[in-house]
Amino acid sequence: MANPTLTAIAGGEPTTFSAAGPWIAVHSSALEQLVGSVSLQRATPRIVIDIAGVEQLDTLGAWSLERLARRFQDHGQELVFARIPDRFRGLLDRVHDVNREISTPRAKANRVIAGLESVGRATVGFKDDAKSFLEMLGAIGISLLSIIVRPRTLRLTSAVHHLYRVGWQAIPIMLLITFLIGAIIAQQGIFHFRKFGADAYVVDMVGILVLREIGVLIVSIMVAGRSGSAYTAELGSMKMREEIDALRTMGFDPVEVLILPRVLALVCALPILTFLGSMSALYGGGLVAWLYGGMSPEIFIARIREAISVTHFEVGMVKAPFMALVIGVVACSEGLRVKGSAESLGLQTTTSVVKSIFLVIVLDGVFAIFFASIGM
Amino acid sequence: MVATVEQSAISVSDLMVGFGKKIVLDHLSLEVRRGEILGLVGASGGGKSVLLRTIIGLIPKRQGQIEIMGMELDKADPREIRMIGRRWGILFQQGALFSSLTVRQNIQFPMRENLEISDSLLEELATAKLEMVGLSRDDGDKFPSELSGGMTKRAALARALALDPEIVFLDEPTSGLDPISAGEFDVLISTLQRTFGLTVFMVTHDLDSLHTVCDRVAALADGKVVAVGPMRELLDSEHPWVKSYFHGDRARVRAGVTH
Repeated sequence: MANPTLTAIAGGEPTTFSAAGPWIAVHSSALEQLVGSVSLQRATPRIVIDIAGVEQLDTLGAWSLERLARRFQDHGQELVFARIPDRFRGLLDRVHDVNREISTPRAKANRVIAGLESVGRATVGFKDDAKSFLEMLGAIGISLLSIIVRPRTLRLTSAVHHLYRVGWQAIPIMLLITFLIGAIIAQQGIFHFRKFGADAYVVDMVGILVLREIGVLIVSIMVAGRSGSAYTAELGSMKMREEIDALRTMGFDPVEVLILPRVLALVCALPILTFLGSMSALYGGGLVAWLYGGMSPEIFIARIREAISVTHFEVGMVKAPFMALVIGVVACSEGLRVKGSAESLGLQTTTSVVKSIFLVIVLDGVFAIFFASIGM
Repeated sequence: MVATVEQSAISVSDLMVGFGKKIVLDHLSLEVRRGEILGLVGASGGGKSVLLRTIIGLIPKRQGQIEIMGMELDKADPREIRMIGRRWGILFQQGALFSSLTVRQNIQFPMRENLEISDSLLEELATAKLEMVGLSRDDGDKFPSELSGGMTKRAALARALALDPEIVFLDEPTSGLDPISAGEFDVLISTLQRTFGLTVFMVTHDLDSLHTVCDRVAALADGKVVAVGPMRELLDSEHPWVKSYFHGDRARVRAGVTH
């Protein structure tokens, strides 16, 4: 396969070049060099390029010729093409018209100002987030009130279906995770407490930690990742496909039909999962204390009876429905914020999970302060 | 590029494609000539897109032969497949622009991968392509999600044309566009076809496109090409499906407007 060429024809006025060979993208780097190597100074005010020898021409080749012409033009010279084969005329004419607009280099934003701008936008965005959270909470509250007035309007089938999905189907994974967490806490406790002969207190630590904090926190985080994201994705895809608008035009309230059953199911499921998870964590802790710490199950149970009271259990369980409410409200409000595109669906699902885990942990902190001040 | 002597850009013979027990394309044969615009019509769900996707190698065939520019895809090695990928451009129905890249980066993507050229030349070429499909320089900085339907089609066409392909496959290029945009798109396709000497394989439902831009039309029914030829020949076809397609109410309304 031949290479493209651009040769100066010696002598004569005006300066004449002869282009030949395939002027196509395959030879892109050769073409760029060829065109770049033409010297502007030595040429006469009028330059002719004979392109009769060009066998093939595509946009890149045509643009390379046009580029050369414009370089001469900027230099105050004139370049004309001679003996243009008919089949290339259209392409050359077309290329002659493009890239005429003078490119204005976009002003690079000052880095400090850009930083400040993003902080400002995030702050305003925080206000919007809070607003949509409260709106959703309010809408759920209103629809709950109307259910209390007319209990028959509750979508019981839907609520039970979601309870099955977020409760029953979540049990195995919750049991497994909390079991492992309980076992790890016990193992670490025994390992470190043994150094100063306090390994018996591992039971206190596991019992209090699991029942008050870890049980509900781990389960909430898992539910946010597993069920909250599913809620956001479901509602988001319904929003994308205009199903929610369709529902509204038929005279139904999407909050009542879609959101309330989901949130109710979550509020019912999370305390149950927390209870099961806490038991599983205690079981894991006991098993490790027996197998790794050499503490018999009888002693473990006896010590746990001393170490914990019903208060610890209550503190953990009281938090669960509130966690569920936060997860449900965030998941549903993010779902309804999905716009037309699939990217926004993915984005909102991620946001939903991040936000609900963040809020779950913040809420846990608030509860810790609250219970400390009322002495529980 | 070697100067090729054969006259057909795509030749499909005895092609059979099916999913499970369902046979979609049944011993289908079709020839696309070099430099022509061929329109493919057929019932919804009748296998038009399946034919297109089989030709470009996305759907495996059960039997038959597909030759593109004299090359059989399933006998080619990966290097040859990559080479052939440079010689065709495909406009997918939804545009299939890469959502994480701007329009300009979308157009530059195939060039950057296949050509060794400087960034400034890359930039100029991308702008040239943008302007050739009727978009402005500023549109190049937008992301696909910010484009309207018509702009998405134009941007996707610019990407399909990035490497100056010989064959362009268009999957329902005017669907979802208003009649004015669809008309402009038709004009654009035929202009570009003349400028670049393209072979165009177009799946379409748009009767206006068929009348105005297509050199030949192929009708797909019952998994076979039942009629192929210039539009006026198809209008005279006796095949019942073709007859109802071109002489149905909607077609008659259109004919009434133009004649």
